[in-house]
Amino acid sequence: MDSAAPAPKAISIAILAMGGEGGGVLADWLIDMAEHAGLYVQATSVPGVAQRTGATIYYVEIFPASAARQPVLALMPVPGDVDVVIASELMEAGRAIQRGLVTPARTTLIASTNRVYSMTERTAMADGRVDSGKLLDGAKAAAKRLLTANFAEIAEKSGSVISAALFGALAASDRLPFQRADFEAAVRRSGLGVEASLGAFAQAFAAATGGPAAKPDETASPQGLPANLHPAIAAFSAEARPTIEHGCARLIDYQDASYARLYLERLQRFSGNGRLLTEVARHLALWMSYEDIARVADLKIRRSRFDRVSEEVRAKDDQIVRIREYLHPRLQEIADAMPANLGRWLLRSWAGKLVQRLTTNGRTVETTSIGGFLLLYLTSGLRRIRPRSLRYQVEQVRIEAWLAEIRSVRDPDLALAIAECQQLVKGYGDTHTRGFANYEAVMAALPRIAGKPDAAERLSKLRQAALADDSGGKLKTATAELAP
Amino acid sequence: MAERSFKKEAEKLRLGAGEEFHGEGILAVTKALLQSGVAYVAGYQGAPISHLMDVLTDSADILKELGVHFEHSASEATAAATLAASVNYPLRGAVTFKSTVGTNVASDALANLASGGVTGGALVIVGEDYGEGSSIMQERSHAFAMKSQIWLMDPRPNLPSIVKAVEDGFELSEVSRTPVMLELRIRACHVHGRFTAKDNVRPGFTLRQAMENPVRDTSRIVLPPASYLHEKEKIESRWPAAVRFIQERQLNEFFGEGSADIGIILQGGMYNTVARALEILALADAYGESRVPLYVMNVTYPLVDDEIKRFCAGKRAVLMVEEGQPDFIEQALHAILRKADLQTKVHGKDVLLKGGEYTGDVVLRGIRRFIEQTAPSLLPAVIPQIAAEPRQPKAPAIAAAETQVHPRPPSFCTGCPERPIFTAMKLVERELGPHHVSCDIGCHLFSILPPFNIGASTMGYGLGWAGAAALNDQNSSKRTISVMGDGGFWHNGLASGVGNAVFNQTDNVLVIVDNNYTAATGGQDIMSSKAENMLRKTQNSIESAVRGVGVTWVRPITHTYSIAKMRDVLKEALTTKVKGPKVIIAQSECMLNKQRRVRPLLRDAIKNGQRVVRERFGVDHDTCTGDHSCMRLSGCPSLSVKTNPDPLRKDPVATVLDSCVGCGLCGEVSHAAVLCPSFYRADIISNPTWWDRLVAGVRAKVIGFLQDRIERRLASAS
Repeated sequence: MDSAAPAPKAISIAILAMGGEGGGVLADWLIDMAEHAGLYVQATSVPGVAQRTGATIYYVEIFPASAARQPVLALMPVPGDVDVVIASELMEAGRAIQRGLVTPARTTLIASTNRVYSMTERTAMADGRVDSGKLLDGAKAAAKRLLTANFAEIAEKSGSVISAALFGALAASDRLPFQRADFEAAVRRSGLGVEASLGAFAQAFAAATGGPAAKPDETASPQGLPANLHPAIAAFSAEARPTIEHGCARLIDYQDASYARLYLERLQRFSGNGRLLTEVARHLALWMSYEDIARVADLKIRRSRFDRVSEEVRAKDDQIVRIREYLHPRLQEIADAMPANLGRWLLRSWAGKLVQRLTTNGRTVETTSIGGFLLLYLTSGLRRIRPRSLRYQVEQVRIEAWLAEIRSVRDPDLALAIAECQQLVKGYGDTHTRGFANYEAVMAALPRIAGKPDAAERLSKLRQAALADDSGGKLKTATAELAP
Repeated sequence: MAERSFKKEAEKLRLGAGEEFHGEGILAVTKALLQSGVAYVAGYQGAPISHLMDVLTDSADILKELGVHFEHSASEATAAATLAASVNYPLRGAVTFKSTVGTNVASDALANLASGGVTGGALVIVGEDYGEGSSIMQERSHAFAMKSQIWLMDPRPNLPSIVKAVEDGFELSEVSRTPVMLELRIRACHVHGRFTAKDNVRPGFTLRQAMENPVRDTSRIVLPPASYLHEKEKIESRWPAAVRFIQERQLNEFFGEGSADIGIILQGGMYNTVARALEILALADAYGESRVPLYVMNVTYPLVDDEIKRFCAGKRAVLMVEEGQPDFIEQALHAILRKADLQTKVHGKDVLLKGGEYTGDVVLRGIRRFIEQTAPSLLPAVIPQIAAEPRQPKAPAIAAAETQVHPRPPSFCTGCPERPIFTAMKLVERELGPHHVSCDIGCHLFSILPPFNIGASTMGYGLGWAGAAALNDQNSSKRTISVMGDGGFWHNGLASGVGNAVFNQTDNVLVIVDNNYTAATGGQDIMSSKAENMLRKTQNSIESAVRGVGVTWVRPITHTYSIAKMRDVLKEALTTKVKGPKVIIAQSECMLNKQRRVRPLLRDAIKNGQRVVRERFGVDHDTCTGDHSCMRLSGCPSLSVKTNPDPLRKDPVATVLDSCVGCGLCGEVSHAAVLCPSFYRADIISNPTWWDRLVAGVRAKVIGFLQDRIERRLASAS
């Protein structure tokens, strides 16, 4: 507090949180701490329907002079007149900035760098996430002082809630006329989960003054590729090599080393252009490792996956974890896994109708039971006949057509844009059917685009239109708008 | 009982004379009622006054000691009609609801009450849900006060003033034989502050005395000729009595009188915002000592002409700070000054906003403009940056950050049982095409927002089916779907929707969302709640009620998470050859309240060594397509995205956060919509039995053996 100020003035604190994040708890601790020190404090909030996952502002004013005379405290923050803004999440920090609550002349901004993704970000068909870097840069520009850390993670590690961590950061900011011990005493007085809260408080207190941690770089190459692939890989440009190595590793994991060799042979057609090669390598590996029932079963039964699940659900050593899969293989997926002729027959025959009837509903399989595990183990064995399967034949033809398309255009940007269209082909079941139909629609427009100066840009726009909604409406409009 | 306890808050109601009360504004009102000798309290819950009801629910013992009757009214109309007890008997009564929606519902009873007038003090406490965070249409309670001539109090938003308004309100009501409305804005209801308590007072006249000594007075009943007499009474005796009382008791306040030849007239509720604006402009200190004269209307209806004339006389200009529109007070101000031939210029919505909440920023800038225009010498030489115009341009980095901010509209909670109903509707829409959907008020209205985008209109609480009444062409190839919550159903929907549909022979579909609580208002119990309630009779079946008014096609679904079942019953309702109204009752307990109930029980069970199975869902990132169909069909807050750990793929993958409560919807959706096979359910068994351990041991042996083989194959391939 600036003790040189001529007249006493309220210290204003705005807390931006989402429903259920404990913004109210944080406000209560502040009230308790101030009243315990004999100061006037006022707090308000507008929860309303925001209790149900919306954004909420809690607003607290503490009057730093002794309580002899009652001050008039405001019920809402005036933009530009806020001393401390606490944001439980990075986009909420952005919202505080947007509302003008954070000003370089005055405001200490305490922002947790974790993200709670918005509905728009989550429901996007590809990557709809906003740019955290921009949010952080904005925070730096807007605040007089910025304290950031991943307070959500800190709280989680301490087995507490983010409000406790943010309270620790507030103590570290040294912006209120209280000592650390006062903050901790307020937490103790509240009496609920005190030890865990104080743990998170202490961690956050230390982290708040440290600044954001550097992100580790994750482009390391995979380990342990078969030696006989090395010379072929070494022939590619250095820029593309890490991706190609990842591609090989994926295909060996998916099928075997000879499948990886097929991958390398296909890539040799693109050995010139580094950037195009990288993208083709990436997308080709993904296409060649298309998802079928054998692959799904294979991934579900591995030990590493069992361990990952236990970790994800935070099972303790003395707890038992049972895993149940939600699978819905349909006639198409079953026929796909069969040898090509048999698969085609099944799709046409009475037996197919029977299978269809048997697979109208999804199944749950308990992978941790012996029966369930064996079922998936045997299914994963279909990998051995994969090269003769119906789906394999279909996919290899599609892949070759796609590769030929990329090679057929002279415009390198367009070639890259075609390669990127593989992004549309993903998944399994309905998602795959819809994605591949979109891919075909985009590729069908290619002859009308090729040769135009902005061909690559137009194709990318079509690809993005396909990802804009899952009814295909935007793509239809976009293709219709193409000049004939 | 509702799952949240207010016992701690209830204890504050016991504070005696001289003790200091610390707490929320709406609790201060509750305490003030008891200090005023109230004989009965009723109301209908809703933000921001729910806590008044909740705390009284948990204060049964205190109310019993004091002899105060408390009711959870069936609707706001019921609540308002409850005040009839104060018509003939000297009983103080108070009712409360959310405004203006609740006042809309209550207005029939309020108009009748106000016409005949009251003997005992009648207080209507309305939570004015206006501005930021509001969930209703933006209107003013002021209009209701004016049309029925109910006095309207709008006290300064600090606890001592609010408490005083309750006490004064009862007296004002009794002196003028008129009901009094106490208006509290959202922030005032939730403001934490303090006041010095008084002892609670037992009502001087009791409900029992009234019942045992009935009084009737036909002149108090709205029927000619008495109704004409009432209007005359209002004008000739009640109004003047009220104005006299307001003046004598100085309910309105004057600050900084004589300090300048301009002034500000304001609603009491605006006081703190105005005081802060003046402080920023160096025209007041932190204690509210103002260098600009203020006339604070703690009673905003009726206006006291003499006070207005006195304040304006000798002033060149006044600013009227009146939140909301139309500008009833500003218009009245013009009329009063015109009649008095006072030339004081009136500013108001010319320098402030025409409509919308009067936030700190709006008021600060409005006052600065007003003073700039009328008495610029009062302003500091340099206007503080935050009040200056034009606003400073934003730094590019700040502007860039702002583009990254999405709105966060409210949505269904994690594990909400209402979500699958709309997921099922989405799936039906895929098969049968879109239908006209008429919505209601309640959490289920979130269906109109992403990701569901379902619903065409909403006409008010309980009016979901009524809102589709006209769309009843028997030749249509498509039926309409209406949605109604259990809260709205008991509020009025049984008659206004279901009865109406039966009587008018509709052929359409109603989905009643029955989650055991009025969830949107804070999880209070209602008629059909499953819980045992010591104070109320719960467990009254919606199905029996629906059948009772003549619906024969009724399908209860007791587990809404079964998407396939939900989908099939909806399809059946939309396509069946059977004519007549069709009602689906979708029942599953509100997850927010279920968790409040169940969580502590489970925690204790684990602590006591009992076997407890926790279920939660997860996503395998390696089979997740990154298409996020699952989220578009769910929108569950626990189902989110994370950076793809796969170095080859860029699109983020789905992930289930630890807040997952294992409701099962994710799995059901991936089955019903044939999504990717990434979802798994994990059952985590705490304190396993010897049998659990034995089974797990055998399984680990067999599975481990096979997993070793897989690992050997993978190792040899590379």
